[in-house]
Amino acid sequence: MVGLPSKYAESVDSVMLLIVIISVLLLLGVTVAMIYFVIRYNKKRNPKATQIEGNNTLEIIWIVIPTILVLVMFYFGYAVFHESRVVPKGAMNVKVIARMWAWEFEYNNGKKSGELYLPVDRSVKLELNSMDVNHSLYIPAFRIKEDVIYGRQNYMVIKPDKVGTYIIACAEYCGLRHSLMYSKVHVLSKKDFEKWISDF
Amino acid sequence: MSENIESKPYISYLQAESKHKGIFKWILSTDHKRIGIMYMMGMMAFLLVGISLGFMMKLEMLTPGKTIMDAQTYNAFFTLHGVIMIFLFIIPGLPAVFGNFMLPLQIGARDVAFPRLNLLSWWLYVIGGLFAIVSLFLQGGPIDTGWTFYVPYSIRTGTNVSLPLFAAFILGFSSILTGLNFVTTVHRLRAPGMTFFKMPLFVWAIYSTAWIQVIATPVVGITIILVIVERAFSLGIFDPALGGDPLLFQHLFWIYSHPAVYIMILPAMGAVSEIIPTFSKRTIFGYKAIAFSSLAIAFIGYFVWAHHMFTTGISEVSRFIFSLLTFLVAIPSGVKVFNWVATLYKGSITPGPPLLFVMMFIFLFSIGGLTGLILGSLATDVHVHDTYFVVAHFHYVMFGGTVMIFFAALHYWLPKMFGRMYNEKVAKWSIALIFVGFNMLYFTMFILGYEGMPRRYWDYLPQFQTLQIISTVGSWILISGILLMIGNLNRGIKRGAKAVANPWGGKTLEWTIPSPPPVHNFDVIPVITHGPYNYGEEEEK
Repeated sequence: MVGLPSKYAESVDSVMLLIVIISVLLLLGVTVAMIYFVIRYNKKRNPKATQIEGNNTLEIIWIVIPTILVLVMFYFGYAVFHESRVVPKGAMNVKVIARMWAWEFEYNNGKKSGELYLPVDRSVKLELNSMDVNHSLYIPAFRIKEDVIYGRQNYMVIKPDKVGTYIIACAEYCGLRHSLMYSKVHVLSKKDFEKWISDF
Repeated sequence: MSENIESKPYISYLQAESKHKGIFKWILSTDHKRIGIMYMMGMMAFLLVGISLGFMMKLEMLTPGKTIMDAQTYNAFFTLHGVIMIFLFIIPGLPAVFGNFMLPLQIGARDVAFPRLNLLSWWLYVIGGLFAIVSLFLQGGPIDTGWTFYVPYSIRTGTNVSLPLFAAFILGFSSILTGLNFVTTVHRLRAPGMTFFKMPLFVWAIYSTAWIQVIATPVVGITIILVIVERAFSLGIFDPALGGDPLLFQHLFWIYSHPAVYIMILPAMGAVSEIIPTFSKRTIFGYKAIAFSSLAIAFIGYFVWAHHMFTTGISEVSRFIFSLLTFLVAIPSGVKVFNWVATLYKGSITPGPPLLFVMMFIFLFSIGGLTGLILGSLATDVHVHDTYFVVAHFHYVMFGGTVMIFFAALHYWLPKMFGRMYNEKVAKWSIALIFVGFNMLYFTMFILGYEGMPRRYWDYLPQFQTLQIISTVGSWILISGILLMIGNLNRGIKRGAKAVANPWGGKTLEWTIPSPPPVHNFDVIPVITHGPYNYGEEEEK
């Protein structure tokens, strides 16, 4: 897919594409066979049904083939997901603080911001802290999300490839203004980021 | 054969007299058939309430920001929509109506094993429903936690949480007692000669479901009581500010609520396995494969609960295991779909309304199941979890799956239950409207979710509006289809043409007795010598 802001997001979309292709083929197979049978073996055309109790070979085929298919999907789903859990050495830490109903991002030098600023081409570990109920930090363009839960040190890793501005949303229902708990992530060039982080 | 049945005079269960008068003839009746009808009345009422809430939620989604209601009202609406549809409609669902009515008939019994316990279950259902309704009008206002009641929010919110939770607790008991009753009924009351492998597949499905009801429901009962206690006494079980663990709640909640998904879908699958042979006039393909896949789903279904928690920060090992098991639970569902389609092969098919509903079910449920693979896969789940994609997925499975078959079962068994027929042409029109409306309403949600629209959002970004409008218009088409269907069925019950004992040419035992059934079902308990779908036998004779 074009235009995604990280390699990880592209990998997620290729897993998505793989599953969607297999699914569409299965869905078409089932639906076409069903409609064809209902037309072809309509009572008018086929007044007398043939009694078929089953077929063990077929049962084995439609157990084994789908099992292989789902194991393939499972493998790619896990393998890609695993990348998102590895914190690379030298990753920058940013502390995320969620409360009803706002986000705050705190940098190592003490700078705080209501929107997230990141340098391009650098891995960042977001440490997730909630001050009250459950929230979930969701950055759709990066295909990442992790719940923010009081008393738990959840984290997520983000490595932007493209400069730009993207939406941050809260994905875990947290009460009255849940749907207004938006923020933004600004991916800056290295130079711009240095300027931004040292200015406070 | 059927002519003999109808010419003989008898007293049907609808006409039967008892020592009670008026409405008490019904609400104190221990007849499994009357109890089934009473569940149906209650559930249809709650279905209409749930639909109205959904209708208004979709109206609110016509424009970003406020359209017709404020955020607090919207939050209460999606909570109530979920609570009503799940606890008062889909979970009692097919077992309460058609399990009660048809299970004894299909196994050749005169009633369930514990008729009075059965009446108690219905009363608990009514009391639970009343508690849920009363809670709406008490100080504090209607519950706004979402039907999942996640802590800590459900502990902190000022709305009425404890009473609707207690209502769910009572409803849980209704479900447990029904399950207990059905397990015992299947073990003890089968007609002579009906071995397990001669039982209709609907009975197999109700039996598998009953076990889940008995084993899993107590877990949610305990969880609910703990939330109520936590709210009242601040013990620190779930509330992290008091040293409790919010994830403990999610584990306990889903240990019940995931198997509950199978409580909802298995009976529907059972009804599909009845309708397809009847309308294709041939024996079911792969009887044992379908029967065992029910048990496999019931069993593996216990071990996949944490796939609802892939983004909660649980360990990578558990994410790995629960993702793998989730993929495996898809296999028995797939086996069922393949066997159903194979049952149409070389049949002699009449596409009556029940079969059309089943075809719609196979299409919609397959979409629901296949999108479940995207949710089972870790990388993709993290993106679409808690978005409209999940909302679309479970509506395809629960509504496109269970509810469509609830409708199919109404059209299939209504002539048996009331001895009258609905208008088949109108039924087909309602099916067409439902199909178009359903896909407009929910398929758009897959796209919205993939594009990053989170669920339970009163407000949304302007770029989502086009799809939201299509979805809302779809809801209008869907609802008009459902209303047309209900009107048609209602007219059929009251003024429809008289139905014969076996209008579809079915082979299971309920079709061997008159419509509507006599009070004690069978004059003589039948002796079973063959499987449930022996369409070939007549020609052999």
